[in-house]
Amino acid sequence: LLKFSIKISMNRQTADHATLADKFNEDEARVNWHDETLWWVRAKRDRIAWTIPEWELLRETASQIKLNALGNLYEYLLQFEQQAQQNGAIVHWAADAEEHNRIVTDILKKHGVQRMVKSKSLLTEECHLTPHREANGIEVIDTDLGERIVQLAKEPPSHIVLPCIHKKKEEIGELFHEHLGTPAGNADPQFLTAAARQHLRKEFLQADAAITGVNFAVAETGEMVVCTNEGNADMGAHLASVHIACMGIEKIIPQRKHLGVFLRLLARSATGQPITTYSSHFRQPRAGQELHIVLVDNGRSRQLGREDFRNSLKCIRCGACMNTCPVYRRSGGHSYHTAVAGPIGAILAPNLDMKDYADLPFASTLCGSCSNVCPVKIDIHQQLYKWRQVLVKEGHTTAAKTASMKIMSGVLSAPRTYKTAGKMGRWVMRAFPGMVNNRLNPWYKQREMPAPPAQSFSEWYEKNKKSS
Amino acid sequence: MSSRDKILAAVKQNQPDATPLPAMQGLSGNMPGTLDAYRKVLEALGGSLFEIKDESEIPALLATHYPHLQRVITATDMQRAWANEDPHLLEDVDMAVVPGQWGVAENGAVWLTEGEIHARVLPFICQHLAIVLPCERILPTMHEAYEKIGAPQTGFGVFIAGPSKTADIEQSLVLGAHGAKSLVVFITGR
Repeated sequence: LLKFSIKISMNRQTADHATLADKFNEDEARVNWHDETLWWVRAKRDRIAWTIPEWELLRETASQIKLNALGNLYEYLLQFEQQAQQNGAIVHWAADAEEHNRIVTDILKKHGVQRMVKSKSLLTEECHLTPHREANGIEVIDTDLGERIVQLAKEPPSHIVLPCIHKKKEEIGELFHEHLGTPAGNADPQFLTAAARQHLRKEFLQADAAITGVNFAVAETGEMVVCTNEGNADMGAHLASVHIACMGIEKIIPQRKHLGVFLRLLARSATGQPITTYSSHFRQPRAGQELHIVLVDNGRSRQLGREDFRNSLKCIRCGACMNTCPVYRRSGGHSYHTAVAGPIGAILAPNLDMKDYADLPFASTLCGSCSNVCPVKIDIHQQLYKWRQVLVKEGHTTAAKTASMKIMSGVLSAPRTYKTAGKMGRWVMRAFPGMVNNRLNPWYKQREMPAPPAQSFSEWYEKNKKSS
Repeated sequence: MSSRDKILAAVKQNQPDATPLPAMQGLSGNMPGTLDAYRKVLEALGGSLFEIKDESEIPALLATHYPHLQRVITATDMQRAWANEDPHLLEDVDMAVVPGQWGVAENGAVWLTEGEIHARVLPFICQHLAIVLPCERILPTMHEAYEKIGAPQTGFGVFIAGPSKTADIEQSLVLGAHGAKSLVVFITGR
């Protein structure tokens, strides 16, 4: 019983994620569909990983390269900057989201940019760049199909690799009918993709500037690698007269040959394909073009100093941890109320704002599946557990929870009290099942409570030890 | 203090002790660098492959398999006014034929650089793409590819593996998102 009362207060604590997840769970058929779709992507990842006998060595190598990159980040950043400048790029540094948005807006204003295209960049989502720029009168068109769909729906992406994984094709058909003039009722993916291709070609041809994210930045050469399946980053960057590449400072890898390791892991982990269709290596601006690189900190240097959490900066944004997560699959990406959802988002977000994201590390069963699929071997579930401790210590949990944790701690550290509490709990469950089988107990939601055992393990052990 | 200096100072103070880079040994496994292995992966990605003796066979093959092409650009042509024009003018290219440097058997990718394609946007903006690759330039994995490629020689290079695609609408795979709708690889010199 005690355990259940603690669970109730925990649930109140995680009201943000839990409330949003509840909303998502109102439509059971949709939740099941979401769950199955992501599990199918996870299964594709498994199948292709098993075809590579050296898969585990690749993961370990990738993890070590990233650790080396974090341990020499100062030197590598300087080297990257110097190489990039030598290549003819203009390098900017942004301490936070606001400065990043200001730098980008200034570049666009300088060039009198009216329309611009953007390929997928989680950093610009993190910095809320699009609303900022639209407030400055510049139209920003997302060009990744999934991102364009959620942009038309005025929603944020719900998954870092599959931005509109929460949307049904019929809803997308309706959006396209409204915004792109496709016939009402047509929800054929082939047809809708063709319509988006035509619509976005026009945007690519008209855009004055293109913004892209960066998957990997090589210190040795000053080049940036951008991976897409659609070709949207290239269509934007090779046509516009200004290319702005925005990247977090943790995207640096030491040498060009290390790209081989990461490009072998990224798409296989993400969607179960051997590599993305395009892995583009941008080194110099093309003749007559301006290339800007914006290096963004926004809390990353702080995370680098947190010994327990710095490994989260190894992330290559494949999304494998989300596809496998039993909580993400059933609560949906929007329930995380942050740009990067799922298990990795839940360990990155508290670094950005402990108070706002105090609920996220609790949105996990700590099953560890995320850590098992991570291509750079981040100890995600252990960091989720450690964040919980930090958040309680720093006072970012509710008073009810802190109090119940204290009671729990008292009970668990006093064997006699623990035994009595267990006995009472079992008795209550037998005598008054309605006390636990009710709506106030979140563990009762969508499931029956198990029958209470007749005795505790200690009691059973005592008895059986004597009889043998 | 500028943001640059502030960020660098914080990074320097907070970065963990430096660890050595791992040995890049034994990563390629037993992946074969054969044409058969390459073909299998490319076809799974939705690309097609033809073995030809030399490039003179290409126009006839294109005429057979792509009967409605209007504007075809061959990047190796000596006359290529388009290379110096505004890249937006390539928008009506139906087929671009470009030379590839290296093929990768494990994932079907081909390495191309600005040096051979002349206009960066060409292999993306064309409706269909053909890559010409000598058979002996097929390598087992990405590790051999980066070893052969070495240091960058041009301002832009790209691995292309199959036609442009998306599965953003309910995970249904559709070929032809923004880049080329189809990819054919011509293998020479077998």
